[in-house]
Amino acid sequence: MSENKILIDNVTVEYRNGGSPRKPWSLFGKGRNCGSAGDDVRTVLHDINIEIKTGEFVSVLGHSGCGKSTLLKVIAGFVRPTRGAVLIDGKEVTKPQPDHVFVFQEGSLFPWLTIRENISLALRSVKDPREKEEKAAYYLELVGLENSHSQYPYMLSGGMRQRAEIARAIAAQPDILLMDEPFSALDYLTRLNLREEMLYLHVMLPKTTILFVTHDIDEALQLCNRLIIMSDPPSQVKCCRTIKAPHPRNLTDIELSDLRSHIYYHLGVHTAV
Amino acid sequence: MLNVLWDGGSNFPGIAQFGKAFIELATNGDLWRHSIASLFRVTLGFYLAILLAVPLGLFLGRRQGWRKWMDPVVQFLRPISPLAWTPFAMAWFGIGDAPALFIIFLAAFFPILISTTEAAASIHPMYFLVASNLQLTSWESLCKIIVPATAPNILLALRVSLGVAWLVVVAAEMIAVKSGLGYLIIDSRNALRLDYVMVAMTTIGMIGLALDHTIARLGRLEAVRWRLERK
Repeated sequence: MSENKILIDNVTVEYRNGGSPRKPWSLFGKGRNCGSAGDDVRTVLHDINIEIKTGEFVSVLGHSGCGKSTLLKVIAGFVRPTRGAVLIDGKEVTKPQPDHVFVFQEGSLFPWLTIRENISLALRSVKDPREKEEKAAYYLELVGLENSHSQYPYMLSGGMRQRAEIARAIAAQPDILLMDEPFSALDYLTRLNLREEMLYLHVMLPKTTILFVTHDIDEALQLCNRLIIMSDPPSQVKCCRTIKAPHPRNLTDIELSDLRSHIYYHLGVHTAV
Repeated sequence: MLNVLWDGGSNFPGIAQFGKAFIELATNGDLWRHSIASLFRVTLGFYLAILLAVPLGLFLGRRQGWRKWMDPVVQFLRPISPLAWTPFAMAWFGIGDAPALFIIFLAAFFPILISTTEAAASIHPMYFLVASNLQLTSWESLCKIIVPATAPNILLALRVSLGVAWLVVVAAEMIAVKSGLGYLIIDSRNALRLDYVMVAMTTIGMIGLALDHTIARLGRLEAVRWRLERK
């Protein structure tokens, strides 16, 4: 058995954005507007190769629009790569799986369900209703929402909603968490709090492999074991760094601040350092 | 001025006469009989429209291919007034409740269908990504996502279309039936009883108000509140 949990093997993703959608009346015009050779093909990801081990916490950094989210969606099975493949435990990903859970930036809780009902959706495999209730309560407590179980998402603050989303994701007992800028819609202080909680979850769930897309370099430095920096599209892995510093980390450490300058350099930012 | 209002004139009944007619129709049972007949037709036609338009709307909303084909058909049929169908309604369904029901059904069907289709088509795709991630079955997606997500819009459409249904019941009853508030108006007009006409009109207004009030209360249900309270 290989130690690699996720193997991203020569993944290329191309989007076609030249052809306008076929009009309903162009019955016979199949080839006219869709997918013909003259199309504008945009390569988002170009030959990406990454190996990720079980239990790793990997941050993906890069400019807006560089395909970080697309990469995550390919791993989640939401998007099929144009070429190449993603292998998880040696098996090719062809469709979404309940053990590879995606956490969205915001608003993926179902607004018409209470927080508890939202979390129960991830507990579908639990048949006994009492056990289900207990499990839901457990995950709510884990993220500090035990008093908000019967509230609707709109009644909660942004930070609490994001906690609930994370609770729903881990309630599905995933072996891979795919987090797409999960804290970027939150205010600074809430983000710091959730960063701490994320670390706690990482320690609690050592078998869970986490991929964490972010724009926040400090967030990445504080949380992850490995950093992946992506170039602008057609994106490739620009640089890959392992962070060995133990948790909790002090960001003013010489190793981390060096690394930060290094990241800024790779992202083409020269004034912020 | 007040005097004229009270006594009426040659082409409108005064308040006194209206009151007398109202009491007369209410006590001899005609008013109730006609109101119940109209309400019965509206209810049945309206339910029939919901029963067909909501599932069809949800289906079209979630199936873009079908929607592309059906949308022009729907938009072609929609502007044709339900009343224009009366000759066909009578030819197909004969005399009695059926043609009136058909007309009410037509009037309520399109607003519900269009709103439901639109609501189902505009559900945020992210919810379906979550559903596929958690591996909800199609049935669970329908019950946990599609129906609750569209419920607020459907409810709004029901409110609009119930008003329209009540609007056309009167017209529908002017043909082919011998009961209902619409029939009462036509019959009273033929008998030159403008006071009866006015009683029927007032009753239509009051029932319409009550119906709207009832359906508006549904908007306070917990299942649809999330829509209003959302930031």
